[in-house]
Amino acid sequence: MMPSQASTSNDLAAMIEHLPDLVNGDAALVRRGRTLTVDVLIEIGAAPYYLSIAAGRIARIERGPLLTRSWSFAIRGSEHAWRQFWLPMPPPHFHDLFALAKRGEFRIEGDFYPLMSNLLYFKDVLSAPRRLAGEAH
Amino acid sequence: MPAQIDPIVGRYVHVTLQGRPHRLYFEEAGAGIPLVCLHTAGADGRQFRHLMTDTAVTDGFRVLTFDLPWHGKSTPPDGWQDEDYRLTTATYTEAIRTFCAALDLERPAVLGCSIGGRIVLSLAAHHAAEFRALIGLESAAFQESWYDTDWLYRPDVHGEVCAGLVSGLIAPQSPPTARWETLWHYLQGGPGVFKGDLYFYRVDGDLRDQIGRIDTRTCPLYLLTGEYDFSCTPEDTIRTAQQISGVEVVVMRELGHFPMSENPQQFRGYILPVLERIRNDSRAGR
Repeated sequence: MMPSQASTSNDLAAMIEHLPDLVNGDAALVRRGRTLTVDVLIEIGAAPYYLSIAAGRIARIERGPLLTRSWSFAIRGSEHAWRQFWLPMPPPHFHDLFALAKRGEFRIEGDFYPLMSNLLYFKDVLSAPRRLAGEAH
Repeated sequence: MPAQIDPIVGRYVHVTLQGRPHRLYFEEAGAGIPLVCLHTAGADGRQFRHLMTDTAVTDGFRVLTFDLPWHGKSTPPDGWQDEDYRLTTATYTEAIRTFCAALDLERPAVLGCSIGGRIVLSLAAHHAAEFRALIGLESAAFQESWYDTDWLYRPDVHGEVCAGLVSGLIAPQSPPTARWETLWHYLQGGPGVFKGDLYFYRVDGDLRDQIGRIDTRTCPLYLLTGEYDFSCTPEDTIRTAQQISGVEVVVMRELGHFPMSENPQQFRGYILPVLERIRNDSRAGR
């Protein structure tokens, strides 16, 4: 069976697809990730997004599935978990990558080395879409 | 216009711990009931600078904080370069009691956060008569681990990972300047020190079988936990409190694992009433 284009709620798709603008437009964040080049999979519900990071910039984001695409590590969560995480003021225990992982809402898989050695960078990259809420409404 | 100078004074006290000479850095401010503040794992006494410059506190309390050995401005023991630092219930308890005795503090109150919150439970169980009150912030007899501490001490991963991990324990409402100052303390920790503290937290310091002996009539115990703390959750603290008769629990809104440094203004609303209770008890001769 051919993989089908997974559906994601439009609001969440818009948030993740804004990630290159949010990160690349933040000079301090790019500086924090300046030594990092890595491919990452972010899964929002059933929809996989492949991020290519080059020297702290998001060089590319593609929506999958792309069955043969390599990645170093993956962060997977339900639409509910991502929606809570990206609220401008997320509720307790939905406010952090590891808070969500500890309660089983996020799963982190693969090679943890690039994540752990650039953790402050990734935390700010992943939470960057929170900034959109004020702009969109 | 005169320069603004904080009324905090820092000095060094020489003590013997585990039979070895140690030079501990401590700070103090205020006058009155001695209140010894215990910093979190991998940090140092600077976390309490707001409490120590708050006249609502220092008018009634002599607030003291010391940096544990290997932390902050305390000198690590001679030969440190050839050993792995590791905190245990015994060494932590010895450091606190030795510091209080060295400064000749009369039945001090002790406020500890995180590992400091854990050790006050042990002080309550085993040394209650030495203290007039114990306050545990982000305190529980036990809590589930949520990451592999080997990441904290390896030469191919910068110590920034310590700040990266604890950054999520700060409530999102905390002011950015206070958040980043809190993280700076973690960025300045010596290699392996945060990991060594967590040996006490994760391996050696499970107090679930000891807290039943705590008698809050000997020494009142207050437990305050931030709602955003997912390391020591409010549920962890409440579960602990359910085994201790007479303990008081407060869940602090819009605060995380570092209430005194991540949002000092929000924390005041919770800690000042507790300190007032301690002051009233002392006036009443308790």
